[in-house]
Amino acid sequence: MISQVFILSSQGDHLIYKDFRGEAGSDVVNLFYEKVTALTGDQPPVVMRHKDVHFVHVRQGGLYWVATTTADTSPFTIIEFLNRLTALVKDYCGSLSERSVQMNFALIYELLDEVVDYGYIQTTSSDILKNFIQTEAVSSKPFSLFDLSNVGLFGAETQQSKVAPSSAATRPIQSSRDQGGKSEIFVDVIERMLVVIGSNGVLMKADIEGEIKVKCYMPTCSEMRIGLNEEFSIGKSQLRGYGAAVRVDECSFHQAVRLDEFDSLRILRLCPSQGEQTVMQYQLSDDLPSAPPFRLFPTIERDNGGRLLMYMKLRCDLPPKRSVLDPTRLQSFSSELNLSQELSSPDQSAELQPQSRAVVWKIPRFPGGTQLSALFKLEVPGFSSASMLEVGPVSLSFELPKITATGLQIRFLRLSPFQPGPAQRWVRYVTHSDSYTIRI
Amino acid sequence: MPYIGSEDTVRDLRRVLSNPNVQSDQLRYRNTILKVIRAMSQGVDVSGLFSEMVKACATVDIVQKKLVYVFLCSYATLNPELSLLVINTLRKDCQDPNPMVRSLALRNMTNLRLPSLVEYVEQPLTAGLRDRAACVRRVAVLGWAKLHNLQTNSEIDAAVVNELYSLLRDPDPVVMVNCLRALEEILREEGGVAINKPITHHLLNRLKECDIWGQCEVLRILQRYRPQSEDELFNILSLLDVSLISPHPPVMAATLSLFLSLCSGLPAVGLAALERVRGPLLAACGNTSREMQFTALCHIQLLLRSLPGLMGEHYKRFFCGYAEPAYIKQRKIEVLVELVNDDNVAILLDELRGYCTDVNISTAHAAISAIGRIGRSYSDKCLEILTELLGLKQEHITSAVVQTMRDLVWVCPQCSRTVCSAVEGCEAEIQDSQGRHALLWLLGVYGEQVSSVPYTLEVFIDGVRSEASVGVKMELLTATVRLFLCRPAETQDMLGRLLHYCIEEETNMCVSDQALLYYRLLHCGIEETRKVLQCRRSDPSLGVLIGRPAEPINQWSYIFNTLEPLRPGAIETDDALTASVSAPLSLSLSPALSPEEFEDLWLQQQCPTIFRCSPQSLQAAMQLVNIQTLAFTPPHTLPWRVYLYTNTQNKHSADTCHGTLILGELLVKKNTAEKGIKVTLKQQPRDEKALKGFLSVLTTVLHALSSE
Repeated sequence: MISQVFILSSQGDHLIYKDFRGEAGSDVVNLFYEKVTALTGDQPPVVMRHKDVHFVHVRQGGLYWVATTTADTSPFTIIEFLNRLTALVKDYCGSLSERSVQMNFALIYELLDEVVDYGYIQTTSSDILKNFIQTEAVSSKPFSLFDLSNVGLFGAETQQSKVAPSSAATRPIQSSRDQGGKSEIFVDVIERMLVVIGSNGVLMKADIEGEIKVKCYMPTCSEMRIGLNEEFSIGKSQLRGYGAAVRVDECSFHQAVRLDEFDSLRILRLCPSQGEQTVMQYQLSDDLPSAPPFRLFPTIERDNGGRLLMYMKLRCDLPPKRSVLDPTRLQSFSSELNLSQELSSPDQSAELQPQSRAVVWKIPRFPGGTQLSALFKLEVPGFSSASMLEVGPVSLSFELPKITATGLQIRFLRLSPFQPGPAQRWVRYVTHSDSYTIRI
Repeated sequence: MPYIGSEDTVRDLRRVLSNPNVQSDQLRYRNTILKVIRAMSQGVDVSGLFSEMVKACATVDIVQKKLVYVFLCSYATLNPELSLLVINTLRKDCQDPNPMVRSLALRNMTNLRLPSLVEYVEQPLTAGLRDRAACVRRVAVLGWAKLHNLQTNSEIDAAVVNELYSLLRDPDPVVMVNCLRALEEILREEGGVAINKPITHHLLNRLKECDIWGQCEVLRILQRYRPQSEDELFNILSLLDVSLISPHPPVMAATLSLFLSLCSGLPAVGLAALERVRGPLLAACGNTSREMQFTALCHIQLLLRSLPGLMGEHYKRFFCGYAEPAYIKQRKIEVLVELVNDDNVAILLDELRGYCTDVNISTAHAAISAIGRIGRSYSDKCLEILTELLGLKQEHITSAVVQTMRDLVWVCPQCSRTVCSAVEGCEAEIQDSQGRHALLWLLGVYGEQVSSVPYTLEVFIDGVRSEASVGVKMELLTATVRLFLCRPAETQDMLGRLLHYCIEEETNMCVSDQALLYYRLLHCGIEETRKVLQCRRSDPSLGVLIGRPAEPINQWSYIFNTLEPLRPGAIETDDALTASVSAPLSLSLSPALSPEEFEDLWLQQQCPTIFRCSPQSLQAAMQLVNIQTLAFTPPHTLPWRVYLYTNTQNKHSADTCHGTLILGELLVKKNTAEKGIKVTLKQQPRDEKALKGFLSVLTTVLHALSSE
């Protein structure tokens, strides 16, 4: 049972406040913010309590989404609800930010009104909600030159128009109604890597969490069929064929997915509802089908002047032509220090972050099969041999576009029976680093 | 948050709202109302615009209507008279051909929360229950619950309750679930909606039609059901098996909760259910949402209390990512400690070693003390890591390591040699009082093993004037006296100085009293002092706390799927189980004097080993689990009796939050021949579950005592 729901910006501005049961006063919003700001630096715990009021919150899009409730409520339900609410707001407003929430507050009030009644969750299905939501979303798209680059010269068909802009999937679902928006469907395969590589280069842990998300902009969508790799297998026992199998340990599906063709043909059938939904989730532990994408060869020593020299050689083991966006390297070190650096190319940068005691090395683009190097010289006051122990670990954050670490591919994407009018289908693959750590 | 110029804003808005030109232009009118709502959600007091907004309510534009209702519901309680004007519009809307308008009107009518309007609302609500459109029925059903809570002391209308019961058979699943919710609120006094066999089976059969929120609600309410036969129970369980491994964490958690409450008498089935949810729980730990990960982690901690081996082979799933927030890291570290075994200890310690230099100090401390906990079983490897950490010469790390070492030595005195050589010379790094406290304790207890101790203590004693912490001063006193006992020649002079300062100059009473105590003790002679200060190093009754045995599921099942496990420091076995007795109690509360009906339960507990231990150690062990022993018969008399009491606090549900008082008598008839104790328990009020929980605690304690 939810007593109140409110949305706060990170500065504590009240964006949305709705009281469902009229049991607690509206001062809880300020109470919550006081509790959050009273904590130093770190993220506040998910559940906080003030007398009988329990605050459960999630952070999404830089905002606090808070529900107040009683002690015996299921935390799974409340958190799942708040996540679902953020997803709905994202679907209806296009994106999740302080600005989009502020501009669409009327829409969000309307959503909350339909989703929760008297503190009880009624429905969060966008199929049902679309009949009730009347307010149009106001999208807050800033003018960008990037949009212009998509328009071909004198309307000519360019190479660009075959690729959807990255912002294509961040528009409100309902605007398609009258803006003549394209009826599009996006299928994203998103994988997150959790990797730990030991100081001797041995892979100590490698987990992949993946999901297939469908974002549908079509007002009515009939059945869709998604074909996965035929050699896709679940669990260890179930190896199929002789080729390089695509294997996952565990796999779960959205309840709307029909699996009658899955066992034989690896086809998922579903009728996507408007908005975004996770069709399939899967995980793979400790068994990467290919080598980890990055290897690091560190050398750490001290020179005669008592400075710490860190020579880092980073190699990208992806096939050539595949490039990586924004890999960042983090290095933790616990004393005050000065940094000087030598990097292998001018578009990279490195800086010392005193707050997190880390050296951050930013590489804007990293093509597959290449190698980069950097030399960091750190002046450490009171340097001793023990300080060497404090160096590390190295963490990388990156995004690998067009690559899935498990090798999962979408063979085809069919809408049947045929849609009236052209429907554009997009399939995108991306692998993120959830946590990619290399010990030194 | 009062806004500067909020009065101007309200005045401007009022002017625009009452402008007939604006009123005739639908778009401008709607935009002005939008501005009002925006001001309202920013915290501006716009209640002055109530009458203008009431007028704006009469419109055909649904968006405008919805906006006005948001406003009216927020401010109706401030303007009960003006709200009467809205009722007419709302009642008219209830007749509208569009079901959306009808449900909207009905919902907002009940959301106004004005007791004065109840008489106008009842009729449309009754009609709403029989509406053709499901969305109207959904609203109407919950409307009755709102109405009931507005006037809690009024009679419950039996006709409405009957109608709600019959709507449990409504074709729309949300209406059905809403009926459950409404009945639960209306009949709260009677213990909620009646859950009998036909209703249960009906709900279970329709579970598939509900969405996940409805399923959670139904599963929660079904926890009250008690199947009549074992066959029925197993039928229900096999029906629920699909939801147990549901990919939606809320459904999985609600089902497990129901499983545990249904199988409270069948522990084996409960354990099997825990095994079954391992997969979904681990998947929830890998959820994209950090908050969901955290919730799953906290609940895994609960499960591990009964099945310590549950996650053994999946320990790598609990390794921390560098970008994770501290609250997740710390929980993961706690879980990792539970998962240690011979095979993975090396990898685990290596991983934990990496967290010890975390930027977040509290995470680093959690990792260090986790290594100390593992050290109780794998002391060599852990001490190696801890000693290495001392080499970093980092203030906060050194302090945490010394504290951890103190705790470790207390449990495993055999590590003292390594610890003593490690802590030598690290006093310069420790700045905080807790760390120095721990260091002094170590130096005092193991003074004979560390050669430099007198010099270290001398530095402390010279600086005692500027010492701020009372705890450190008291520990310094104890440590110096202890050192004096084993190395009198080196210590005599400084002990004299310290005692003189503490007795003559110290302003804090605790410190000077303790100094006086030691002074008088020393007067009694060295042997007496030694007897007091050096008799036993560690408390054997702590054995109850180390190597925790697997707990029965009942001990935590009632807090499963509540907010309780998510609270910081909630995983303390003892206070979740039995809370200490707060009110002073004496034997006058014994059953003979009490007029109330006591339920007597004679339970024959078989104790596997012979029960013999001193009253003192029994008392100490009992107090650890918050059971107070009140009286003993003298030792070595037969039959031997112990009287004890405790209060249990059970939080099964919000409405029965009170605890029960348990009075007990342990009776040992023959010391050796008959292996058994007779336990007599008297309880008020009766609560079987609490009693079972109490008995299992008691058995654990007795087992621990008898195995010593």
